[in-house]
Order: sequence, then structure tokens, then C-alpha cells
Amino acid sequence: MKELITGNEALAYGAYLSGVRVGAAYPGTPSTQIMEKFASFPGVHAEWAPNEKVAMDVGIGAAFAGTRALVSTKHVGLNVAADSLFYAVYTGLNAGLLIACADDPGMHSSQNEQDNRNYAKFAKVPMIEPSDSEEAMQFAATALEMSETFDTPVIIRFVTRTSHSSSVVDIDPDALPPPAKERKPYKREIGKFVMVPGNARRRHPVVEERISKLREYAESTPLNRIEPGNDDWGIVASGAVYQYAREVFPEATFLRLGMVYPLPEKLIREFAGRVKKVLVIEELDPFFEEHLRLLGIQVIGKDVFPIVGEFSPSLIRQAAIKAGILPATAPVSAATPAPEISIPIRPPTLCPGCGHRGMFTVLKEAGVVVMGDIGCYTLGAASPLEALHFCGCMGASIGVAHGMDKGGIPDRLVAVIGDSTLFHSGLHPLINTLYNRGNTTTIIADNSTTGMTGHQHHPGTGYTLQKQPTLKVDLERMVRGFGFSKVDVCDPNEMDDFRKILEDHLKGEEASVIIARRPCALQSREKRTPPRIDPELCTNCGTCLDIGCSPLVQDEDCVSINEAMCTGCGLCVQVCPAGAITREEE
Amino acid sequence: MKKIDYLLAGVGGQGTILASRILASAGLEMGYDVKTAEVHGMAQRGGSVESHVRWGEKVHSPLVEHGMADYLIGFEMLEAARWLTYLNKNSVTLINRFRIPPPLVNLGKASYPSEKEIENLLQSRGGTVKWLNATDVAEDAGNPAMSGVVLLGALSNLVGGDQEIWLQVIKRLVPARFVDMNQKAFLAGRDAGRD
Ligand SMILES: Cc1ncc(C[n+]2csc(CCOP(=O)(O)OP(=O)(O)O)c2C)c(N)n1
Ligand code: SF4
Ligand code: SF4
Repeated sequence: MKELITGNEALAYGAYLSGVRVGAAYPGTPSTQIMEKFASFPGVHAEWAPNEKVAMDVGIGAAFAGTRALVSTKHVGLNVAADSLFYAVYTGLNAGLLIACADDPGMHSSQNEQDNRNYAKFAKVPMIEPSDSEEAMQFAATALEMSETFDTPVIIRFVTRTSHSSSVVDIDPDALPPPAKERKPYKREIGKFVMVPGNARRRHPVVEERISKLREYAESTPLNRIEPGNDDWGIVASGAVYQYAREVFPEATFLRLGMVYPLPEKLIREFAGRVKKVLVIEELDPFFEEHLRLLGIQVIGKDVFPIVGEFSPSLIRQAAIKAGILPATAPVSAATPAPEISIPIRPPTLCPGCGHRGMFTVLKEAGVVVMGDIGCYTLGAASPLEALHFCGCMGASIGVAHGMDKGGIPDRLVAVIGDSTLFHSGLHPLINTLYNRGNTTTIIADNSTTGMTGHQHHPGTGYTLQKQPTLKVDLERMVRGFGFSKVDVCDPNEMDDFRKILEDHLKGEEASVIIARRPCALQSREKRTPPRIDPELCTNCGTCLDIGCSPLVQDEDCVSINEAMCTGCGLCVQVCPAGAITREEE
Repeated sequence: MKKIDYLLAGVGGQGTILASRILASAGLEMGYDVKTAEVHGMAQRGGSVESHVRWGEKVHSPLVEHGMADYLIGFEMLEAARWLTYLNKNSVTLINRFRIPPPLVNLGKASYPSEKEIENLLQSRGGTVKWLNATDVAEDAGNPAMSGVVLLGALSNLVGGDQEIWLQVIKRLVPARFVDMNQKAFLAGRDAGRD
């Protein structure tokens, strides 16, 4: 039966049908739906781990125990999990371990566009890359077999355009995973599993030998293939980019690399020998290009195609025309000159009713420097709030704030971190602030969900990924347990309360925590009667517009509220200096 | 089998992803190979969003090329104008007469172009522009949030496919309790698009 599914869904389905029974991940665009989909299959255990490193260890543990496992992450999550990935390459596993990792060229929703193909070479782990959903499903099975044959984790690389593209997959509605047969028995092998120097020294040659064998495997696997065509141009490509290039160069000969690492050197030489010129088309780093150059092959690559940003068929075509590789096509010209009108940008914004808005409004008014973190609250940096002054990677806020404090910054300073991010990587720096006699204030923006990535559960919500009720970590008791004695909880959209607490904490000489708690408005869907603006009283001063809430609109000579969008949170009522905005009696 | 490339443009939260699924699935039912590309993550936070849907004999890239869109479906006026470079002289733009002012306009720091300006801009590429009050039609059918399904109804007149195919796809992709309402919105769009 033909079905239209995304690459993320296809990978999860392929893993399930291959007998994977344990999955672990931390959400991250564009990888999130892999684990969400996997969690929906019968008979599997799937979990949101607090971060990617924990997820990786859980996956490795399941594979040690003899059960096939899946770990999924976005590209930067592999940085967090790298330490664990590297030991697993040395120890090897028992049952198969599949790591699905999604890069985000173009940074649709990420803080960088690192090219994780480099991790394959760095960690010495095989990596394969599907180019559409059908392949994502098949590659899952291949990866698990490869993992067990060679006793190594295997990474499947996605990019946004394979994760979040749908294409047609032939699905057998009656297909079932293999029965949960005997697990491969776990054996206590200290020499293999305890990576003290003496043992690790014996494992490193095993790793090198494994990679040599995988290089041989790469020569013959159907994942890599030469697709014959006109031999003027030979194009090397993989993944989504292969599909774009196929469209732009329908006639060319292709070396289509389904296996990104290790590379099939004999096949590459054979390919280079049969075409006049070799063109390497790859997004981000010159990963294939450098390898081909090392083999002494002349290639055209990053001199023509950019090293930054996301590719598309249009981009490849334009770059090829510019370099004289393709003849110039008649540009799709305008019939009449396009009129000069400016189209205002539309960046994402905090939702109406979001508690982060009240928090930043008060922080801005207090004039403090805000070391931020990653989540919806990073939008506090956007106009008109502009009240967040740093965002680097998850969990960085608290440590950076402590460092700024010790570095002698004269300004008043706070760290702001979301609840999901706190569980991800904020706990260690929080303890560090206490231990090393810091006195910064940390604000936990607690909306009781992982908002940015689409509302996933975490250790503070009381539910697991598979919707089972579970223990709910009590943030206040937790930080008191660490040793914080100055801890307050309040709703940041009650501005007077929050302002008082903030001033009190900033005066203090000790490290402290404010839990700014208000459920995510998009998730709670709470809606109260919108306030009214009295046009007689409105002085058109624009103060309410400075909170950046989209229902508030500048009209001719006063501000009005779009009632369909407003959640009635009442924040604008609190900021209007003229008292023109008032709550309806409910 | 002729290729048909679609670009759906709107504001995060307007339902472009659901509409692109319906459109792609309908193409699959009609015997096309199909691919889509969409962007998640930030999408629900009110930013510009676009989905690509491609029908053809054999589709490689999920992304539509500049100047190659056969249909641009604008869920919101400004968002339709943003994707001008995808149009050519044969393109049809189906546009919802509906404004969501972006932040700079709310703040009075930029102005929202007039309907005439947007129409002139879209026509500068030589294609046709069809306006539809899709949000109003959707509201009459039960909920203004179904404007995307109304637009698909109007589009279905232009790209073929038995009415039943579309209704079945909607039934399969929309949560059970909203099926009737969405089918009604689709049919209302189909009628409105005929004028
Ligand atoms: C290492 C890493 N993993 C995952 C992500 C993706 N990501 C960005 S923000 C975020 C969660 C934010 O949740 P929270 O801190 O609760 O803030 P909210 O969005 O709810 O305001 C995630 C998972 C990332 N950027 N980096
Ligand atoms: S999704 Fe929730 S946390 Fe994110 S901006 Fe909207 S209301 Fe705020
Ligand atoms: S009450 Fe005011 S601040 Fe709250 S959502 Fe409505 S317009 Fe925005």
C-alpha cells in the first residue's frame, strides 16, 4: 500500500519493523517526530531522556542487554552525547544500535549549522544517509544489520529536508516486527566493556580494523552506486542534495553515496575514471571533496557551491550557470517591472498570553543584563522586548552568568533558563554557582512543557513520552535540596509580584532562584474575556505596544485589540500608564 | 503526466501543514508521484511558513524551483506576496483576502500593502491572481481556521480529481470530530472558486 510519510516517520517505522524495542531521545527540531512516532508502536519502550547524553547511554545499555535500540537527536544533540558515542565505538555493543541524527542546514530552528558527517570520521563510526522516506525506512534495517555484523553503533544522517519531507513509501499493512525472540545473551566481558587504559589500548586496534572492513563493505554495498548517464559530468552527491542534483542534471552520470563514511575508494576511482569532469555537490562542509582530493582526483566543489546555508535545486542551478557548467536559461522575467513595495518581515513571536512576555517586560524595566538560554524564551531578544542578551547553547546561561559575575561585570545580572532546558543541562551549573560562592539569581521560566519543539513531556511534567503518569520533580524542593535558601515562586504575568521578588533577589548577596511559573499559553489554550481599550482615555503613547503582543494593533489614533487572537491574560492592562485598558467583569 | 508544483504560504498556526498533506495525498490518489517539504519548530510561533507540494510522473526534489510554481496558495495576503519569485507567466495565485498584520505593522513602523498593490505585484510576473474570501467562507462553514481547506476546495476545480477523492482524503487526515465541518468547508470553497 502506498503511503505518504515523512522521513522521520519512515525511519521510526523501519526501526520498529527491524525489531528495535527500546528508543531514547531528547526533542530537537528537525528530529523530534522520530521518537514520537516510534513511541506509538505496540510493545516498545520509548522515552524522553533529560538530554541527549542520557538518551545515548540508555540506547547503548539496551543494546548491551541484547535488545536492538534507537537513539535520535538533532545535530547539536550529538555534541552533548559525544562522550558516550565515543566510548561505544570502542566497547562495541551486543545487539544493534541505530543513532538517527538530523542536521539543520540553513538553521531553520538551530543555533548553528554544523555538519555532523565530521562526527563519523572523528568517532570512527559508520554513517549512512537516505535521500527520501522510502530509503529512510530501508536504511534502518540495513543500519541495524551493519551494527550487529561489525559490532558498532551506526549513524543515519538526516537533514531538515529529509526529516520533514514526505514522500511515497510502499507499506505492507500486515508487516510485523520479528517476534521478541531470545535476546542475545549479555556476557560480562571486562576486557571489552571496561574502558580503562589497559583495555582501551586493546580496543583501539579493533576499531581501526573494523573501519578497514567497513571500507571494504562500502565498495560492494548497494547503498553506493554509479548511475550511468552522459559522461561529460560525473556528479558525486548524497541525501537530499542527490535528489536536487538529479533534477538539475537529468542527463549526468552520478555516484550516489548512500554511505557517507567510510567512503568506497575503489568505486570512487572507477567513477572518476569514466567521466570527463567530477562535480561534488554537497551542503555545508567539503567532506567528500576533501576525500576525493586526497585520492588525487581533480574535482569542482566548493569553488562553485557555497559552504554556508541550505541548498535547493534553484541554488544548484544558479551556481552551475554562473560557473559555466550549465548554459544560461532565459530568466523567468517579470512581464511588467515588479512594483516597488516593501513586504515587512514576519519573525516568530511569543504567543499572546505567554508568561515569558511578563517576565521580560519586568526584566527590561529593571535594566538587568540577562544571560539567556534556548527555548521560546529566546524570543525575548526580539524587538520590541530586546531584553535577552545572550543565547549560546542549551544550559549555558547559568554558567556564563556566574562567569560574568566573577569576571567583575558591574551591571545587575540574572540567568534565565526554561524548565526543560534546566533538566537538560542547567542543574550542574546551578550547583556550581552555589559551590563556588556565586551570588547570581537564576530565573527558571517554568511553563511546564518543552514549548519550542512542540510541547514534549520532561521530568517536571508528571508524564512520560508514552503518556504514562510518573513522578513529577518538584522544582522548588529540588533547588532547596541543592542548598538554595532564597527561592521564590510566582506568576511572571502578575507583574507587581514578580517585580517585588526580583528586586528583593537582586539586593541579596547570595545565589538565589526565582521560579517564574505560568503554563504555556499555546498548550493550556486558556482564554478569558479580552480587555477593553477606552479610546477616550488612550493617549496613543504606545507603551502597551512595547510588550510585543500581536493582538495589540496601532490604529489611526489609538490602539485596539484583535479579540480573536487575545487570550485575555491582562498583561497589557498592567502596563498602560493611562489606565485606558481595563478588564471586563467576568 | 504533467508535473504540478504548488507553494502554500501562510502564517504559523494557519494550518499550512495540514493543507499540504491533504493536497499531496489527493495527488497520490490521482496516481501522481508526490513529495512535500515543510518546516516545523518555529512554525507555531506566528512566523512566515511555506510548504512545497509537488505532483509528477516521478518527483526527485521535494523543493519547488524559483519561477516554477504552477500554483501559489496564499493563506494570507502579505505571505502570498512574499513568494513572488516562485511565479512565472503561467502561474495561478489563489489568495485569501485576509490580513494578519506582522509585528512591525502593529507597532506602526511599517505599512501593510493595499490589496491593489499586492495584486499588481503578483501580476507583474504575468500570471493570474484569483481572490477568495476563504476565511469568511470557512467561518460560515463552522470555523474561520479552516480557510486552508476552503482554498483547497477552490483549487480542486483547477487541478482535477474527483470530488470524492478529495473528500475521502480529508476524512482520513482530519480528526474524526472535525471531518464533517472540513468537508463542508471544502465544498463551500469548491463552489466559491467557480465564480
Ligand atoms: C543540545 C540541544 N538539544 C535540543 C535542542 C532543541 N531545543 C531548543 S529549545 C528546546 C527546549 C526548550 O524548552 P524549555 O527550556 O522548557 O523552554 P520553552 O520553549 O518551553 O519556553 C529544545 C529541545 C537544542 N537546541 N540543543
Ligand atoms: S508555545 Fe508556549 S512558551 Fe512558547 S511562546 Fe507560545 S505560549 Fe510561550
Ligand atoms: S490581554 Fe493584552 S497582553 Fe494579554 S493576550 Fe490580550 S492583548 Fe495580549
